[in-house]
Amino acid sequence: MPPEPGLSFTASFAPALLDPARSTPDGLTGPNGKAAGRRYDVYRNNVTVSLIDALAAIYPAVQRITGADFFRAMARSHVRSNPPASPLLFEYGRDFPEFIARYEHALAMPWLPDVARIERAWLDAYHAADALPLSPARLSAVTPDRLADLVFVPHPAARCLRSQYAAVTIFAANRDDAPVTRIDASTPEDALITRPECDVAVRRLPPGGAVFADCLISGRPLGEAAASALEASSEFDIAANIAGLIEAGAFTSLACGDQ
Amino acid sequence: MSTEIKSTGSAAVPLRFVMPIGGVAGTSFKPEHLPDILEAGPRRGFFEVHAENYMGAGGPPHRALEAIRRDHPLSLHGVCMSIGGPKPLDKAHLARFRGLVARYQPALVSEHLAWSTHETSFFNDLLPLPYTGATLACVCDHIDQVQEAIRRPLLLENPSTYVAFRESSMSETEFIRAVAERTGCGLLLDVNNVFVSATNQGFSALEYLADFPLSRVGEIHLAGHAEQADEEGDLLLIDSHDGPVADAVWTLYEIVIRRRGAVPTLIEWDSKIPDWPVLQAEAFAAQAILDRHQSAAPAGDRRAA
Repeated sequence: MPPEPGLSFTASFAPALLDPARSTPDGLTGPNGKAAGRRYDVYRNNVTVSLIDALAAIYPAVQRITGADFFRAMARSHVRSNPPASPLLFEYGRDFPEFIARYEHALAMPWLPDVARIERAWLDAYHAADALPLSPARLSAVTPDRLADLVFVPHPAARCLRSQYAAVTIFAANRDDAPVTRIDASTPEDALITRPECDVAVRRLPPGGAVFADCLISGRPLGEAAASALEASSEFDIAANIAGLIEAGAFTSLACGDQ
Repeated sequence: MSTEIKSTGSAAVPLRFVMPIGGVAGTSFKPEHLPDILEAGPRRGFFEVHAENYMGAGGPPHRALEAIRRDHPLSLHGVCMSIGGPKPLDKAHLARFRGLVARYQPALVSEHLAWSTHETSFFNDLLPLPYTGATLACVCDHIDQVQEAIRRPLLLENPSTYVAFRESSMSETEFIRAVAERTGCGLLLDVNNVFVSATNQGFSALEYLADFPLSRVGEIHLAGHAEQADEEGDLLLIDSHDGPVADAVWTLYEIVIRRRGAVPTLIEWDSKIPDWPVLQAEAFAAQAILDRHQSAAPAGDRRAA
């Protein structure tokens, strides 16, 4: 739909903001007829730098791993091809992990997209709705005959991610400035992300734990979740996993099936 | 999330007679300062937040804001409404903004004369607009919608600009005066923006202030700027909010306060954020100027209890 007369200025002003190949838009000027080029570039710089900064704030571990120059070049490329659609910057960068997976210069770090996925989930947990976590006493009150049909209501912050690499260890080692010791990246690790109160916690799940947590978070009954987890790993320990998930604050309440 | 937004109809925001906070100086609220602020206890002043940073569902940001709001007046400053753009306002964003006004009952609510979204892209900057009859009608329509949603007047902030549009047919002060008269909105006068734009656009800051409808000003912003150069080596100022307020801006500020009387004044500091005492010292400096002119204040001063 063409804009109303006199209201086409954004269509003229916007396209060159994230495209350095385009020239300064027509119709702009500096004082006394001076050129607008260097002045328009201030907007270009503000837009690009602020969006790169937004990605750096969401993905600090990725930036620490790659170094600032590598990160900013990768982020600039992402910002130019995928500018945010929402004015809420904490929603930005959802497609950045997939971008990293395809980014030519990052192919030597195949675990990097999963580290980014954990960082994105960390921020989602940080902003998720507040809710009181489930008290362990609630589970002890359930009679054994009803356990198989038991459904757990997930906490709004709870998330589970699986990785073929040691993504949780790499994430945890790079979220602060402490020195990093050698990590064997080839060990698969699954992450549980929760925020029962104020602080986001990222845990490594035991064998079968991610299948189990995924099932419960998606609302499938306990019996079904345990069977799937055992199928995934013969080492799966149901009692330890339930206790661990409740202690981590992954749920808010219990419901029995058929509700 | 969309159902949550729909449930906050405009009826959820009661029409309120906003309590004036008088001639007090406040600062941007930065979460890293929260422990220092809480330890010092309630103090005279107010805090301003960017509305968009508190549009998540829950978590630490809301807890911090609740802690601040318990003891201090709040100014809610929107930066992404895109009031100056031709696009219809984002209804979901407006609903979120209205929800924050209802939840936190801020003493001051403001937005920018700027745009930040085109088609589906959000540019995260305060972009300029030409001043014409067509853009005036569009801006007034958007402000009407915002004021209807939040059920109180909005303070509209003058922009810092780096370019001018050849198609502009009126000055910025003429445009802003017309917006205020048509919509009944108040104004947020950013004195640093006046200084930055005057330098960049080659006009007199004093003449701009003489033409500005000061009686409608309900809040003032002060901030630091950075210096660059244009193609010809002439000074180009960047509205960077990353340092102390410049001497020239303090001088303009005192001229405004002498003429207008004491109004709530905010020290904005958004990057290279200093330790709390440094930011607080800037607010003390503004408060000293306000206190010299308190007798001319339109509203009685009110200390935070």
